[in-house]
Amino acid sequence: MLAYIIRRVAQSVLVLLITGFVAFSMFSYVGDPVENMLGQERTQADVDRLREQLGLDQPFVVQYAKFLGQAVQGNFGLSYRQGRPVSDILSERLPATLELAAVSGLMALAGGIGLGIFTAIRRRGVGANVIMTLSLVGVSLPTFLIGILLIYVFAVQLGWLPSFGRGEVTDLGWWTTGFLTVSGLKALVLPAITLGLYQMTLIMRLVRTEMLEVLRMDYIRFARARGLRERAINFRHALKNTLVPVITITGLQLGSIIAFAIITETVFQWPGVGLLFINAIQFVDIPVMAAYLMMISVMFVAINLVVDLLYFAIDPRLRVDGRSGGH
Amino acid sequence: MTGPVLSVRDLVVEIPTRRGVLRPVDRVSYDIAAGEILGVVGESGAGKSMTGNAVIGLLDRPARITAGEILLTGEPIHGLNGEALRRLRGRRMGMIFQDPLTSLNPLLTVGDQLTETILEHLPVSAAEARKRAIAALEEVGIPAARQRIGSYPHEFSGGMRQRVVIALALCAEPELIVADEPTTALDVSVQAQIIALLKRLCRERGVAVMLVTHDMGVIAEAADRVAVMYAGRLAELGPVREVVGNARHPYTAGLMASTPSASGGHRRLRQIPGAMPRLDAVPDGCPFHPRCERAEARCRQAPEPMLQTCDGRAACWFPVVADEEVPA
Amino acid sequence: MSDHQVELQTRRTPGRFARAWDSDLAYSFRRTPVAVVSAAVVLILVLSAVFAPLVAPYDPFDPASLNLMNGFTPPGQPNALTGETFFLGTDDQGRDVFSTILYGMRISLFVGFSAVLLAMVIGVVFGLLAGYVGGWVDSFIMRIADIQLTFPAILVAMLIFGIAKGITPPEYRDQMAIWVLILAIGLSDWVQFARVVRGATLVERSRDYVLAARLVGQRPFAIMIRHILPNVLNPVLVIATISLALAIIAEATLSFLGVGAPPTRPSLGTLIRIGQGFMFSGEWWILLFPAATLLALALAINLLGDWLRDALNPRLR
Repeated sequence: MLAYIIRRVAQSVLVLLITGFVAFSMFSYVGDPVENMLGQERTQADVDRLREQLGLDQPFVVQYAKFLGQAVQGNFGLSYRQGRPVSDILSERLPATLELAAVSGLMALAGGIGLGIFTAIRRRGVGANVIMTLSLVGVSLPTFLIGILLIYVFAVQLGWLPSFGRGEVTDLGWWTTGFLTVSGLKALVLPAITLGLYQMTLIMRLVRTEMLEVLRMDYIRFARARGLRERAINFRHALKNTLVPVITITGLQLGSIIAFAIITETVFQWPGVGLLFINAIQFVDIPVMAAYLMMISVMFVAINLVVDLLYFAIDPRLRVDGRSGGH
Repeated sequence: MTGPVLSVRDLVVEIPTRRGVLRPVDRVSYDIAAGEILGVVGESGAGKSMTGNAVIGLLDRPARITAGEILLTGEPIHGLNGEALRRLRGRRMGMIFQDPLTSLNPLLTVGDQLTETILEHLPVSAAEARKRAIAALEEVGIPAARQRIGSYPHEFSGGMRQRVVIALALCAEPELIVADEPTTALDVSVQAQIIALLKRLCRERGVAVMLVTHDMGVIAEAADRVAVMYAGRLAELGPVREVVGNARHPYTAGLMASTPSASGGHRRLRQIPGAMPRLDAVPDGCPFHPRCERAEARCRQAPEPMLQTCDGRAACWFPVVADEEVPA
Repeated sequence: MSDHQVELQTRRTPGRFARAWDSDLAYSFRRTPVAVVSAAVVLILVLSAVFAPLVAPYDPFDPASLNLMNGFTPPGQPNALTGETFFLGTDDQGRDVFSTILYGMRISLFVGFSAVLLAMVIGVVFGLLAGYVGGWVDSFIMRIADIQLTFPAILVAMLIFGIAKGITPPEYRDQMAIWVLILAIGLSDWVQFARVVRGATLVERSRDYVLAARLVGQRPFAIMIRHILPNVLNPVLVIATISLALAIIAEATLSFLGVGAPPTRPSLGTLIRIGQGFMFSGEWWILLFPAATLLALALAINLLGDWLRDALNPRLR
């Protein structure tokens, strides 16, 4: 087991090195930072001095190592557009995204697993078929359209909920939260649904497929042959086995919530890192893009590791030896 | 003398498909008494597993019983609804599947799986259920049952797992066991142990056993009586010694001639020409006639021979008479 | 071609058609109304997009045909100033919404099909290479695939778009946007194809006939392509169909976010982005109709893909 964890950690480091390389290449080759930072009126002496300052005259490997060293300390330089340290901008924006992602993630998880079980157990029922058809609509409905639809109904027509922004937030010094005020909570509703709905349909369909697969297994037949109640078969025998494969993919889904937040944040003008990123792309603000990329890879890698550890908690076969995996 | 534990009367199982209705089980009748092992043999697709699944009420859709009766100690169970059937399963009839590797839930300990079955069917406390679970494991010959009860299935060997499966099928003390190819997935040396265990439990507990297999060797070793199935129908039914020794149905005779037997000396193995018809192309008359060298005009026409319309043992108009040479 | 051959062909064609009609797939298609309706919707939408110049009443990108006075005409009602009537109304610049949708769908579909084609070619080639060559090539390709799968496709596409935008000189950006979109979406979606093809290749490679072909001196790679491609046709078809819906949605999303098709050559996503601005002021039709078209297109393709997957893999039903 230890060997397995070490291998996974090594893989994670590899992923981070590669994304770091991509981020670094963006810095070095996309646009000229010197040109970006100096105005129109510049002398060759200015250019050379800045090059030396930025270390651009050094060999590639040294530059990459330096970049990584800076990145580990959270230092990504100044935003081309705002002229402020990228790390400051990111840490200001991060709480908004994380709160949104957490709420919609929980919603997607609870709703997705519940509905997935329901549609698998009652797969010939009317309710399950209606839900499955609706879920296909949900998958085909791009996130931004869901957001627009919700805004139109609940903000424009009914006027119940705000259509943009984060409402009133409370500053806790190192964190700003919208959970503590009524307007903050109201502002959270529509974006959270928008962001969570798509993930929920995906999780639901995944849980359903996996559960149907498990329900065909011999041990489920044997459980039936032993006269166990449907409830025990579905929830005691099938669900646990369903969750093993579901955990991996669901973990990745939750990770992608942070990425999909870009879309939701744009629709609702939610002041998070996603909105920051999309603006950075529009204005080719490379330091912000690179920093966002690094930040999100760290998050994904962390989620992947947690998912792997959860595997061990659920599947006894893995606890004995790391080799035998599937059934 | 009480009646048979299981009584199957003219059982028909049908599967509606796009290209017509298939009959994997066609008018099959037999009895099994307490303490008796009935072997059901046939090639794959002959309907033997389907018969077992029909008895225990576990037919997969869209297969369903369309005619005939299944009586458990005289009470009809073929028309029971899901909940009533569920109460019978495990409690009054148990089932053993082919592959012990996949029959046990990998994420639950064997103790969990035993106690949940006992608690489901018997009015006992959790502590008593645990005691019975350990006793059940001991009875099927699992050493150090008290320690092993907390183990997961993957920690047992194949043969030991099949013992656990048998313990699970028997732990609520059913009167009937349907064993579907219980030894097929096991090593030969382990097969004999499992057969011996089944025989012992059958004798000691007076359980009726329906032993479904394609292996004539297993039948000869374990069964009291044998039912030979072909294309969904019974070809022959009789005491195992007689059927093995003096097969009356040409198909059974062919089956015997094609089975290597440890006791039969160095006979040349023969094979039956052709293959069993597919279920959507069962010929008129005797289903075996295209492969039968004894077939005559009568065999090719309806009505086909049935056990009841022939001599009660072989469904054949021209059965092989004792002492006649085994047909090639 | 000789007369004899022609005759042979004409005689064979109905037979082949009849066989296709009688196949399980066609049977399942006829028996599934959802599949028939979705196929019809996809067909109608694709045809009207392809023939947009013939179907559309106006060319919305011809400045000569535009009249700013026609701006904000509600659907089906005559314009207050000019008296002209538009089926689905007009946008702020007086462009006929129906025509912009047809032209927009053209771009959406073009990007979608091209991106899937690109993903498919890359995926099939890499999958074959990984499965056939094996060794470090296999580990290298699959490791890249794993790492890419760690990130959601839409994020990868955004990143590629962002980088490409950084590289392209500003004056070419609008012109290049469509191609950059295809590249971004195509590159973000090859992994699934590669995995399926690799899996099938590994299975086939160990088959006896490949060995036999090698023994008689045939080039195994050619044989692999001949034998593996037919084997992976079904899963690749299913993945391609679902990928098409995803690619169309991805394109719309990127364009909606302002990192896709430019307003000068709007796709459905760009039209929705434009329409969103008029949601609060009451000109709902500028938003609704492009959005409904996008939904119909994506839903119909998804339903078709869903049916196809079930029909080719009956176990899952």
